[in-house]
Amino acid sequence: MLEFLKCPVVVTAEVNLTVVALAAAGLLSRLWQLAHPRAVVSDPATRPDSTQNLDLRPVPPWGPGGLSVGWLAGHSWMEDPRERESVWSSDFDEVYYGQYISFYMKRVFFLDDSGPPFGHMLLALGGYMGGFDGNFMWNRIGAGTDAQALGPSSTALPGHMQGAGSEEEQPGLEPAPIWGAGTADRGLTHCTTVPAPPEYSPNVPVWSLRLLPALAGALSVPLAYQIVAELHFSHCAAMGAALLMLIENALITQSRLMLLESLLIFFNLLAVLSYLKFSNSQKHSPFSPAWWFWLTLTGVACSCAVGVKYMGVFTYLLVLAVAAVHAWQLIGDKALSHVCVFCHLLARAVALLVLPVVLYLLFFYVHLLLLYRSGPHDQIMSSAFQASLEGGLARITQGQPLEVAFGSQVTLRSVSGKPLPCWLHSHQNTYPMIYENGRGSSHQQQVTCYPFKDVNNWWIVKDPGRHQLVVSSPPRPVRHGDLVQLVHGMTTRFLNTHDVAAPLSPHAQEVSCYIDYNISMPSQNLWRLDIVNRNSDTEIWKTILSEVRFVHLNTSAVLKLSGAHLPDWGFRQLEVVGERVSRGESTVWNVEEHRYGRSQEQREREVELHSPTQVDISRNLSFMARFSELQWRMLTLRSDDSEHKYSSSPLDWVTLDTNIAYWLHPRTSAQIHLLGNVVVWTSAGLATLLYVLLFLWYLLRRRRNIRDLPEDVWLRWLLAGALCVGGWAVNYLPFFLTEKTLFLYHYLPALSFQLLLTPVVLQHVRDHLCR
Amino acid sequence: MLCATGRLLAARAATTLSAPPKSRGSAFRCRRRELHFPEHPELLFCDSSAGWLTRPSVPPGRRAVLRRGRMPPAMGGGLAGPEPRPRRGRSASQAARAAGTEAAARSPKRPARGSWRFEAVGRWVPLALVTLLSFATRFHRLEEPRHICWDETHFGKMGSYYINRTFFFDVHPPLGKMLIGLAGYLSGYDGTFLFQKPGDKYEHHSYIGMRGFCAFLGSWLVPFAYLTVLDLSRSLPAALLTAALLTFDTGCLTLSQYILLDPILMFFIMAAMLSMVKYNSCADRPFSAPWWFWLSLTGISLAGALGVKFVGLFIILQVGLNTIADLWHLFGDLSISLMTVGKHLTARILCLIVLPLALYTAIFAVHITVLNKSGPGDGFFSSAFQARLSGNNLHNASIPEHLAYGSVITVKNLKMAIGYLHSHPHLYPEGVGARQQQVTTYLHKDYNNLWIIKKHNTDSDPLDPSSPVEFVRHGDIIRLEHKQTSRNLHSHYHEAPLTRKHYQVTGYGINGTGDSNDFWRIEVVNRKFGNRIKVLRSRFRLIHLVTGCVLGSSGKVLPKWGWEQLEVTCTPYLKETLNSIWNVEDHINPKLPNISLEVLQPSFPEILLESHMVMIRGNNGLKPKDNEFTSKPWHWPINYQGLRFSGANDTDFRVYLLGNPVVWWLNLLSIAVYLLSGSIIAVAMQRGVQLPAEVEGLSQVLLRGGGQVLLGWMLHYFPFFLMGRVLYFHHYFPAMLFSSMLTGILWDTLLRLCAWRLAKGIHVVGILSLLLGTAYSFYLFHPLAYGMVGPLAQDPESPMAGLRWLESWDF
Repeated sequence: MLEFLKCPVVVTAEVNLTVVALAAAGLLSRLWQLAHPRAVVSDPATRPDSTQNLDLRPVPPWGPGGLSVGWLAGHSWMEDPRERESVWSSDFDEVYYGQYISFYMKRVFFLDDSGPPFGHMLLALGGYMGGFDGNFMWNRIGAGTDAQALGPSSTALPGHMQGAGSEEEQPGLEPAPIWGAGTADRGLTHCTTVPAPPEYSPNVPVWSLRLLPALAGALSVPLAYQIVAELHFSHCAAMGAALLMLIENALITQSRLMLLESLLIFFNLLAVLSYLKFSNSQKHSPFSPAWWFWLTLTGVACSCAVGVKYMGVFTYLLVLAVAAVHAWQLIGDKALSHVCVFCHLLARAVALLVLPVVLYLLFFYVHLLLLYRSGPHDQIMSSAFQASLEGGLARITQGQPLEVAFGSQVTLRSVSGKPLPCWLHSHQNTYPMIYENGRGSSHQQQVTCYPFKDVNNWWIVKDPGRHQLVVSSPPRPVRHGDLVQLVHGMTTRFLNTHDVAAPLSPHAQEVSCYIDYNISMPSQNLWRLDIVNRNSDTEIWKTILSEVRFVHLNTSAVLKLSGAHLPDWGFRQLEVVGERVSRGESTVWNVEEHRYGRSQEQREREVELHSPTQVDISRNLSFMARFSELQWRMLTLRSDDSEHKYSSSPLDWVTLDTNIAYWLHPRTSAQIHLLGNVVVWTSAGLATLLYVLLFLWYLLRRRRNIRDLPEDVWLRWLLAGALCVGGWAVNYLPFFLTEKTLFLYHYLPALSFQLLLTPVVLQHVRDHLCR
Repeated sequence: MLCATGRLLAARAATTLSAPPKSRGSAFRCRRRELHFPEHPELLFCDSSAGWLTRPSVPPGRRAVLRRGRMPPAMGGGLAGPEPRPRRGRSASQAARAAGTEAAARSPKRPARGSWRFEAVGRWVPLALVTLLSFATRFHRLEEPRHICWDETHFGKMGSYYINRTFFFDVHPPLGKMLIGLAGYLSGYDGTFLFQKPGDKYEHHSYIGMRGFCAFLGSWLVPFAYLTVLDLSRSLPAALLTAALLTFDTGCLTLSQYILLDPILMFFIMAAMLSMVKYNSCADRPFSAPWWFWLSLTGISLAGALGVKFVGLFIILQVGLNTIADLWHLFGDLSISLMTVGKHLTARILCLIVLPLALYTAIFAVHITVLNKSGPGDGFFSSAFQARLSGNNLHNASIPEHLAYGSVITVKNLKMAIGYLHSHPHLYPEGVGARQQQVTTYLHKDYNNLWIIKKHNTDSDPLDPSSPVEFVRHGDIIRLEHKQTSRNLHSHYHEAPLTRKHYQVTGYGINGTGDSNDFWRIEVVNRKFGNRIKVLRSRFRLIHLVTGCVLGSSGKVLPKWGWEQLEVTCTPYLKETLNSIWNVEDHINPKLPNISLEVLQPSFPEILLESHMVMIRGNNGLKPKDNEFTSKPWHWPINYQGLRFSGANDTDFRVYLLGNPVVWWLNLLSIAVYLLSGSIIAVAMQRGVQLPAEVEGLSQVLLRGGGQVLLGWMLHYFPFFLMGRVLYFHHYFPAMLFSSMLTGILWDTLLRLCAWRLAKGIHVVGILSLLLGTAYSFYLFHPLAYGMVGPLAQDPESPMAGLRWLESWDF
């Protein structure tokens, strides 16, 4: 029991002082005056207005501030510290991430298509540690980003922002006289209004918000050292790599702000390092604790990298590829038994495939756990998702009856939400007799899809066989396959479609609310209910949960959101058509608001429709359903990509033909620029080129059986190339295919791999070519 | 064919060389074979004919190579040498291919003759049958329907353009359309049919020649696939199965029957694949005539494939990869001198790079020479290009050289396929900036492209003959007045309609009177021609005086309200891009002397480059419009949804492009099974498991032959996931060809493995049932391709009732 008392307890620690020193230097460079531009950061990328108050010509980085070139450019301590508080600042994306941090602090749900939530959560952790309460107006919060996320909803339909019923009062907006508008543009318009100089209020813990990225940036330095050392290159080479990482000013600049690149770089390097450690321990001690530790850490680091930015996927794939090659060699190792090989493969599969997936899910789990309140991006999500958030739609739908019955009053939302989330809508205006292009219409009442809540979005589900528009007691639920009529609540007209071409999609049928003009065009208003996500054929139509299609009885056309915007006569609402052969999400609808109709009389009913719904049932969506919906929306959301003053193309990065001005002091002209160190970039580029040439040379010679290098040197050379050049390539080349607006900082992950190569190539040249 | 002769010669040479006493060697060889083929006495023939064919004049250097017996790198190498398994196909084919009828007639050995003839029949009859069946299915009811189907409206029209020699623009290279035009010309079509829209009746116009040509090329797909699989797997059943899958696929059939580019494209793709495989099997006899023949044929087919559509790049990629692997193999063979490797390399560069490039260029040369009249495509091209088209207003034109105040001009964007600065009497709609007159760019020539250049500060008529001519100079402040509407080019601090970070550009003012936002500074980019602005040559930028932004076109297509013309903006970012550089094209000024434009005609390389730039831009421009239902690549292999070629209602003659579901789902299954079995075999081999010789041989076929076809499938399928342009179902068909070949190879091999393990009959029964099953499914689904009239499939009275297996099929 007390065996251990009999022998002395000895802890032998091996401390590589070089690593410690490098880490210290890294910390010093990244953390010094970290809170320095103590002002809110605004990203010119998300703020088109900013160009107005800057000189249009790019400020040369060595500009009037007389700031030094080289790595000092990362800091801007040279201006008078007293000025600090009044600085009009702009670090790049800080405002972008800052608002999400606030959302985390306030537990408000948001949707960001730029990357998975882990990076955002880490930044928010910094805020949490610093005691940030989230109360800060990041500029353009709720305006810019929302408009961007929601697409044209707030801009393309300005006439309808006024809310319910407003359009009825002003049918057919008269086009403003052209000269009137012409004179207006002489003055300042919204484009020229300069946002208030954003400045951090005292409750914002700037230092701790920027701490984690800075730490990650600092720790990348010793990581670089160890990677080169693990590749079995000399101490000198390892030092060289770490020093390059330390003094690269672009990396410093990027680490010192509330941004994600340094975290991504850190996890990328960590994944590579731990895989190297793992594969080195594979030779002498498989299945030892260290082996397990490094293997697991590889998987963890990979999933963290992916969790910070999707870009991390490429490094993950690289590590997987190297691991696959090693595993393939393992399979070919006939000294090992089948069982042993199987165990090896299984361990790798669990650590490198299963574990990252689980962790990735975990990030989303925590993300959704933290954000339980409804927020500005609710609209993009499905009704069911919205109902699972506190506040927002949940508050409205809370207590709605679950089962739709004959006589129910419902709003019908298009499930696809493309191009805009909207509800089936009608209003008293009719289709114009003759369209602009000369085609005729039925001149019946318009049916559209309207992206705002409106009393005209209410429809009553009616049993074709009976006259009542109220729910009988007990309520008779509507089932899959039932015939229904849909009655527009405010106008009591029936949803109808017929063989008349739709206004904008002439191949499809027009959908209208039927007005009997007595011109031998009978009403065709019977619809068969088709529940798409049903489990059985007798399933009941449920609020929010059921996704339904309406199939027209006479023509078998399906009610569909065509997605086109109607012209002025249709108030630029979205067109709804009946299409004979059609599928896809745009034909699917779900009930969002629902109540049992009680009033017989039209007048009473109008009052009823105007009043809010209530009653009670709670609904929960499983985590996987929420995750898959969120992930899908993140991947399919198209943000408006645009050019930017500092945007650049991937080719500019290698030649360092671009920079980003992050911050400029209006008076002292002190500034922060993201700009690479020319010497470092050139040498890294040359090293890559030299590596590739040497590699090809050796490869061809080996093929002719001329061995210039001993086998182990060759393998080491190969592995170094696979990781460094490969890491550079996988993090760089995909950008040629992306269509997003790109900036210099997108190149930094690739650069961090390329930097490792310079000393490796130098040592190789010295050892094997300059003998 | 040719190649087999070569291979046999090589084998023969090898035998003779390795075993000095010739007769003994041959006898030994045949005896060894007899062990495996006791039931094939005709094998004696291999001896006799080979002996008869021996050529004594093989140079020593080549002998050395031959003796090594290098296996073709990407082929069933494991099958070479003594055959491990009894197979009629191989020996039959070998014998038949070895020596034509002539050889048989002259064969000294009488007894062998009859059996040989039998083998020749066995070799040729299946091929003839397959070809015949393919032609029969493709040409059956070719004339139906007698109206334009689907994209015939484009490609038929383009064929007519060739016959009429009018210049047009299309996103695809010209070869396919040229061939269609040629076919139409030869078959007596006069190019007068308008091809306006699908459904238009052909009436008296002769369209059958063009359809027949496409069907002719489409029919060759089946024999090509048959031969390819035969060569890859050395198995007749596999080849027959592949041929049946393709013959009985309604999709391939439909696609081959109309005036489309796809049959032409697939013809060249399959021709390239076949000749590549053939040339691979000649690898043991490099630099022989058949080797050269197949190698150059590969190059020619590649040029053809690329000349029809850019999708041809994928087969080029495949041939390229194969060639690299081949060269890598040769390079690693230490018995081959570097000199020889160099020769190999040169041969491939000549045949696979230089030859196709030359042909491809030649295609364009023909294209440009043939189309010498102005037509609908002019505006897509630069001003200088247009000067060579007769009928274009720039052809043989003479216009004033330098821009002066009062000139009426058209302003063209320098970026290709953007067009002319344009305005028209329509306003920007409510909510899109200020409600002023739209300014766009427009690709077609139009009176609305005309602008008058005026001084910013005076309104006096510069054309007044009394006033002196004043030239526009670099740095001048000007106004541009739209000639038709008399509004000035104007910009202001309002968001542009699509590019929200730019400013809106409008037409403003009454009769040329506007405000200071109408002033633009004209700046010539690298002033080569002094301070004056030279027509066509000077490239200039227009800088808005008040906001400092630059006039440019974003290249984005405006919505319906803007007539789908391109957006014009004023960009505050002063980046040097072609989008914001303009030149003057038309120039009318009665006060100035004219000069001729002849000097501006571009050279052929310039024309070539420009047409490619325009094509690539056009291709990228085919973006799916918002909410348009587009086909997604993942739909294709599962045959999720077809394409309606003709007709929609129950009274129409309906043709629906949809793969035969039995074939397609079998293909899909085969890919999965192949991946599974392939990886099992690969792992087993890597673990060093000793496989029996039969299994070893079969796995080689599966890994090498199947691998090559699988690569083809992947190369023709996966790139579509990366494409941003509009995709259609028919884009999958080249990949489908490869997938069917894989199915043929896979099931034959698997059934052989089963037969080896269990009972011999399994193989025959399995193959037969697959063949019959495909044929029966074709019988069920053939109305899709040959057309159907009557109620739709959901109606129980329809002939297709019960065949709508997926909800998403609309027939």
